[in-house]
Parts: sequence; structure tokens; C-alpha cells
Amino acid sequence: MTTTVSHPFLQVENLARAYPSPTGGENVTVFDHVNFRIHKGEFVCVTGHSGCGKSTILNILAGLDVASTGNVFMDGREVIGPSLDRGVIFQSHALMPWLTVLENVSFAVKSRWASWNKQKVRDHAMRYIELVGLKGAEHKKPSQLSGGMKQRVGIARAFSIEPKMLLMDEPFGALDALTRGVIQEELLKICAETQQTVFMITHDVDEAILLSDRIMLMSNGPHARIAEIVNNTLPRPRERSAIHKHPHYYPIRNHLVDFLVSRSKQFGALRDAPDAPSSPAVFDPDDLLEPEPAAVPVPPVGKPHIHLVNA
Amino acid sequence: MKTMTLSQKAGLLSVGLFAVILLVWQLATLPEAKVVAEGIDPEYAALMGGGTSTAASSFPTPAAMAQTVWEKLSDPFYDNGPNDKGIGIQLAYSIARVLVGFFLAAAVAIPLGFAIGNSRVFYQALNPYVQLLKPISPLAWMPLALYTIKDASASAIFVIFICSLWPMLINTAHGVANVRRDWLDVSRTLEVNPLRKAFRVILPAAAPTILTGMRISMGIAWLVIVAAEMLVGGTGIGYFVWNEWNNLSITNVLFAIFMIGVVGMALDSLFGVLSKRVAYQE
Repeated sequence: MTTTVSHPFLQVENLARAYPSPTGGENVTVFDHVNFRIHKGEFVCVTGHSGCGKSTILNILAGLDVASTGNVFMDGREVIGPSLDRGVIFQSHALMPWLTVLENVSFAVKSRWASWNKQKVRDHAMRYIELVGLKGAEHKKPSQLSGGMKQRVGIARAFSIEPKMLLMDEPFGALDALTRGVIQEELLKICAETQQTVFMITHDVDEAILLSDRIMLMSNGPHARIAEIVNNTLPRPRERSAIHKHPHYYPIRNHLVDFLVSRSKQFGALRDAPDAPSSPAVFDPDDLLEPEPAAVPVPPVGKPHIHLVNA
Repeated sequence: MKTMTLSQKAGLLSVGLFAVILLVWQLATLPEAKVVAEGIDPEYAALMGGGTSTAASSFPTPAAMAQTVWEKLSDPFYDNGPNDKGIGIQLAYSIARVLVGFFLAAAVAIPLGFAIGNSRVFYQALNPYVQLLKPISPLAWMPLALYTIKDASASAIFVIFICSLWPMLINTAHGVANVRRDWLDVSRTLEVNPLRKAFRVILPAAAPTILTGMRISMGIAWLVIVAAEMLVGGTGIGYFVWNEWNNLSITNVLFAIFMIGVVGMALDSLFGVLSKRVAYQE
């Protein structure tokens, strides 16, 4: 690598997290040897079964948790604690129920720019409230909002501090499918406008395909790792209604579902083999469309097939 | 038959109950017929209490009671020397002692509760003291207070202080320790400084629990002030009750009991209003 090559924006090196065993034996290692990089403006999703440590990785990136070993660097500096440079959107939206929508967002804005006067804070907060389509609801308390609206406030709050990177922990997990679809499209639009770098945890394969540039697949814990990285080659701008018509859509989707259904379990056996690859396999759907034998069979487009993924 | 709302029914029942109480009271305080046994010297009978004059009890009839209440309330602030002050003055002394003791306790309990709620070490270190001191009747401190402070009124305030302390301390610590992790994580990711976090996140989050503690404390303080003033004497509603008992004025004792209830209710509903203001719905 030469010095002219730009450093990756976020670099995660050899991350591991162990917890004391509840029975008092050896420490339980949730995940180890986790390495990945995220470039500026990239949208990366991570998926895997419960217990593989996705949320722990996100919390370490946020600075809310501490890794047992390994380092995280963002923008050339090591992450050692929470920072306004990294906005977090929590699954439980984490709005303060005694504050109105505007006050919740303003609280974040005021934290970011302590010297701003009231009017400037308010204007800035209102801009982001409008961005998520909540104009008119700014004086409501969170308890008066639907689940989808609450999460929109969470998004507005995270974007309002203009972080260098956004971390999202299953932000739409608690929403119904229709609301989720609408907010996903809004998020897609906002991210395109702001060129936001995003790291997002999701259990929803379709959500990952719609939003991400790359999808990291984690094997099952304990000793979970990033087993594969899927390059999402679907062209942008993407639309929910049309995305499944692209020839890459089903190969990617099937690959993800196959991983979650079967390969995530098998990975453990391969991991400790002496010739185990040190970096995760990269899956690129472009390869599938070459005449060479495909690793994953491509089903006929349009034929319904159902996978039961036990998330 | 028209239907009544719930509060109309309840109101009617309350009024009915009041009427029944008045009736029972009236019947119970009817002047007894003079029973003078035949063959007993009337002078001896008079000496033994079965006198020839009236056999009226010192327990007032409802009408006499109403008369007293009206008289006392129409001139609540007269002051005819140490043993004859208006009810307003006596209550004002009691309320002032309660408020001073209560707010001194709040000034100690809320910051200390914050510290205990925020720190496991503090919590474990102070927990044995709290557990030991909490069940002590506040009046048990009175001799110690009188000996140390050497001032009756200040001792009463100290007793109020000590009885108000524990519910506020425990509730504040509990409220602060149980602030939702999410909100703390949000303030950490926003790099909120500790002071701002304490006042803008932890305090509002714990406020309902803290206020519940304050409400319990105020209730206890109002209970204890009556007993404390009976002991220290001089002024206050507790002293008034004891003084009227020594005067054998059951009417005044009854009136004082009634006023203690009214003021206690007012103080409690004041905290009810405050609780509503800091309450939030998740």
C-alpha cells in the first residue's frame, strides 16, 4: 500500500469481547478476530443471529462499551469513549419522555454547539425535524407519537449533530412492516443527501439489501466472527418498489438467507482449522453472472420462495 | 329515573355519610336524664358526680362544635398571651417548623441520594447506616436533640428533619439508580457534561420518584410535629391539643384534630399537584 492511498475512514482491528462466565469458569468470548473497514460515505449493514455480538460491536464503535482486545480507529484517531462524532440511533429510540420532540432534538443540538443561542439551536433542530417529516408535531411529547414517529425523532436527533458517522442498532426492529418501509425510504433519501457514513445492525435481509453498500455476515457466537462480506451491487438510487426486479437482487438475497439459515452455524467448525482464512470471504454478485459455475444457485426471478429465518 | 355520574353518586354518599355521623354524634351527646337514686343524700350524690345540676358531658354536641369552629375560624390570629393564641397562629408555628425541617432534610437527602444512586460504592458504604437509622422513631431523638441543641423549638425542627430525611434519601437514590440506561447512553454519546446530565437528564428522569419520597416525608413530618410539640410545648398545634386536654376542653381538642386533618390534606394535595407536574408518560 502506498501513502497516497487514503486510509479507511473507520478501521476495526482484531476486536474481541469476553465476559466473565456466569458459572465462574473461563471467560466467555462472544466474538474475536473481528476486522473490517468502512470508507467515508459508505453504508454498511451487519447481520447475524442473536448472541453473535453485533450490538456489542456497535457499542464499542460508539464508545459505550470497551473491547477486551483490539482497536477501533476513526478518521485516524482511536476510539476510546463516546463522542459527538458518532451519532447513535437506538432500537428503543431512547427519547426523553419529559421533553417534546423539539426539546429532544434541541438537547442534542445544544450538546453539540453549546455556544449557539436559543434561536439558532431551535432553527437547526427544526430543520432536521422537517427532514424526517415531523413538522407540526414538534411540540408533542414522545408518548403522543406512534412508534414510527418516535424513531423518526431518533433519526432527526442523530442527524442533527451532524456526526461523522452514524451507528444504528436495529432502528426499525420494533416497527410494523408498512411503517418500516416508509422510514427506510426516508433514511435512504437522507443518507444520499448527507453522504452519511453508516454502520447499521439489522435482522431484516431486505432492509440490508435496500440500504447498504456492503453487508457483513457474522457467524454464531460464542467466538463469533465476520464470516463473509457481501458487496451489494444493486445500483443507486434504489427504490423499494423496483429493487427486486434487478437481476442481482435474488442472488444476494438468497446468499444472505442461506448464510443465516445454514452457513452461520457451520462456520464455527471451519474457523479453527489450521488453514482457515484470516479475512472473511467476499461475495460479489457480479461473479455469479459470469459463465463460471455459481456458488449459489440462482432461482428463477419472480417465483415465490419462502425462507424461515429464525432471528 | 335519571342516571347519575360516578362523582354525583360518590358526592351523595359522602353527604349521606356525614348526615349519619352527625346523627350518631347528636344521639351520643344527648344530655343524660338525671338519675338520682332514692334514699341517697342529694349532697352526697352531687359530690359523686350524679349532681342535681346538669349531667351534660364535656363532649360537645354537633351544634356546640359548629359554634366553636365558627368562632375559632372567624378570629384565627388573636394572641392573648402564651396559653391563648388563635388557631391560625398555632398552625402557622407547626407549619413553619415542618417546612424548615423538611427543606433542611431535602437539602441533605436529595444531593446525598444522588450520590448514593450514582455510585455502587457509596450505596454499599452508606446502606448499613440508612437501614439502621431508618426504623428509629423520630421522637426517640428528642432527648438527644434537647440535650445537644438546648432549644425546644430547634429540637422539634431537628426531629422533623430526621423523620423527613429517610424517605427522601431512599427514593432519590432509588430514582437516580434506576434512570433508564438508554437516556444515560444518549447523554454519553452526546458528550453531555456531568452537571448538565444531572440537571437535564437524571433529575427529570428521577423526579417522579423523588417527589413521591418528598410526599411521604411531608406526610410523616406532619404526623410527627404534633407529637413533638406535645413534648416541647410552648407553641404549635401539638401543644395546643395537649394544653386543651389539660383544660379539659374536649371541644377544642376535637377542633384541633379537625384542623390537623385539614392542613395535612392540604399539604398532601400540594405534593399531588407537584407530582403531576413532573410526571411523564413513557
